[in-house]
Amino acid sequence: MEIITDGFSWLTDPANWSGSNGVPIRVWEHLQLSLIALTIATVIAVPLGLAIGHTGRGRFISVQVANIGRSVPSLAILGLVFLIAVERVPALAFGSLPTIVALAALGIPVILINTYVGIDQVDRETVEAARGMGMSGMQVLRRLEVPLATPLIMTGLRLAAVQIVATAGLAALIAGGGLGRYVIDGFYQRENDRMVAGAILIAAISVLTDLVFTLLARLAAPRLTSGSKGSGKIPA
Amino acid sequence: MISLEHVEKRYSGTAAPAVGDLTLEIGEGETVALVGPSGCGKTTTLKMINRLIEPTGGRILLDSTNVLDQDPVLLRRGIGYVIQHTGLLPHRTIRQNISTVPRLVAWNDERIAARIAELIEIFDLDAELLDRYPAELSGGQRQRVGVARALAADPPVMLMDEPFAAVDPIVRGRLQDQFLDIQARLRKTIVFVTHDVDEAIKLSDRMAILNVGGVLEQFAPPETVLREPENDFVREFVGAERGLKRLALIKVGDIEVDDGPVVSPSASADEARRVIDEAGFGWVSVVDEGELLGWVDRHELEGCATAGEPTPRPFSAYVTARDSLRQALDSVVTSRTAAAVVVSEGQHYRGILTLERISKEIVA
Repeated sequence: MEIITDGFSWLTDPANWSGSNGVPIRVWEHLQLSLIALTIATVIAVPLGLAIGHTGRGRFISVQVANIGRSVPSLAILGLVFLIAVERVPALAFGSLPTIVALAALGIPVILINTYVGIDQVDRETVEAARGMGMSGMQVLRRLEVPLATPLIMTGLRLAAVQIVATAGLAALIAGGGLGRYVIDGFYQRENDRMVAGAILIAAISVLTDLVFTLLARLAAPRLTSGSKGSGKIPA
Repeated sequence: MISLEHVEKRYSGTAAPAVGDLTLEIGEGETVALVGPSGCGKTTTLKMINRLIEPTGGRILLDSTNVLDQDPVLLRRGIGYVIQHTGLLPHRTIRQNISTVPRLVAWNDERIAARIAELIEIFDLDAELLDRYPAELSGGQRQRVGVARALAADPPVMLMDEPFAAVDPIVRGRLQDQFLDIQARLRKTIVFVTHDVDEAIKLSDRMAILNVGGVLEQFAPPETVLREPENDFVREFVGAERGLKRLALIKVGDIEVDDGPVVSPSASADEARRVIDEAGFGWVSVVDEGELLGWVDRHELEGCATAGEPTPRPFSAYVTARDSLRQALDSVVTSRTAAAVVVSEGQHYRGILTLERISKEIVA
């Protein structure tokens, strides 16, 4: 247990909180990487999930691809993108790009599946009634399917965000920034306290990310009763 | 108003068509029920009218325009649509739900507000419900909102798919009565699907009885279907209780009732006894200047001077002119007096209905 307390001592040392290798900068880098990766994953996976859920087309293939995607380790993707980049665009090989690609790839399957399932579980009768009243496909999607799928879409974003934040430390392997620096550098330089502090920080902001997205999900949930917001259940 | 001409729906990969060659003419302001066993294509037929299902053959004319030539989205905005589980948007208030179609066709806020006020009056809905969400309403309320929503933009035509099937029988009966009241006022052209023969008999002007594959077996008013079923299929489908079902269509006010044994309270006891014996029921109604006071029997008249002297006992059940003969029959068979007393507004005595009189209507 001494190693853990060492980690906390490292964190309480003011010297480690300033400069270009200080905690605030590393946390900022870590979050930046994660946010960019999450944004890219969202921009790709949400529209795709909406399209699949709304049309019912490409359902099988997308779920299969997503499942395969989920089982490929991020480290492998990072290595692959890094190698391709070294060969094609060496200028971008070291730095954020390979990490961002790997992290986005990590986030896409879970967002895609949750978005698709979110749309798919919207009551078909309600959808048909909406079509029967003369809503166009886009109106059905915007006014009915997306609002009702929001809780599941938010769950997908939360899971993806937590996974990405927890994995973003990989960046340090290819000379990127973020909290992974402490873990990697601490490991190679035999500074166990620094390594543990890095791990603690990554764990802490992962938990924090989970909380933030849980809160966001609650705010975004559709209102189903006239009582307090978000307390309603979707009627059977 | 709506005419289906040789309409056909085939699904690829199936040999038999869902609907083979259906021709049906529905008049303006008419309520038509599509009934039949499952697989008869009744729901398919309904959904082809608003193109939720695309026909593979034939024409469907709405106001003499082929619906297949119109933009399906615009077409549907002009046709009310009600489904079994109402399909209300769960994340929208009742007010927002009802305004769905008016908003789609771009009515302004004042016009929508005025229309909602009108609809809650027509459907006898509490204005407080408007700001609630569908999950907070009872099944019956939700169903009424579903119909109100379908009528919001005042479409001339309304399609209903098993509209009252999801609520319990008591609520269903009430919703059906309300439906009849509202339809009597609005005179929309309505096509509805039901698997419930009694519902079709009660609500429709004409019922289209479909066999598997959309084969039209009979298309006629319920009264005709019950009295002269076209073939064995129809006879079997409407069931063994055809006579009883027909009674449900006839109102007590439509037939002549018997005068029944009547005396005034001032008549002598002897006179009352004479009337009792003559009628053979063992009792006599005591009626004072048209108002029914109750009944007395021979036993009670013992030692009395006039028919009004023993306090007349009230009848346990009455029948009014608006009740159906089926309800009257129920009163007759359950009453100890073997007859149902018919009254109008304010206990006004009209006469009596006997089993004999009712069975005459069944065989007519």
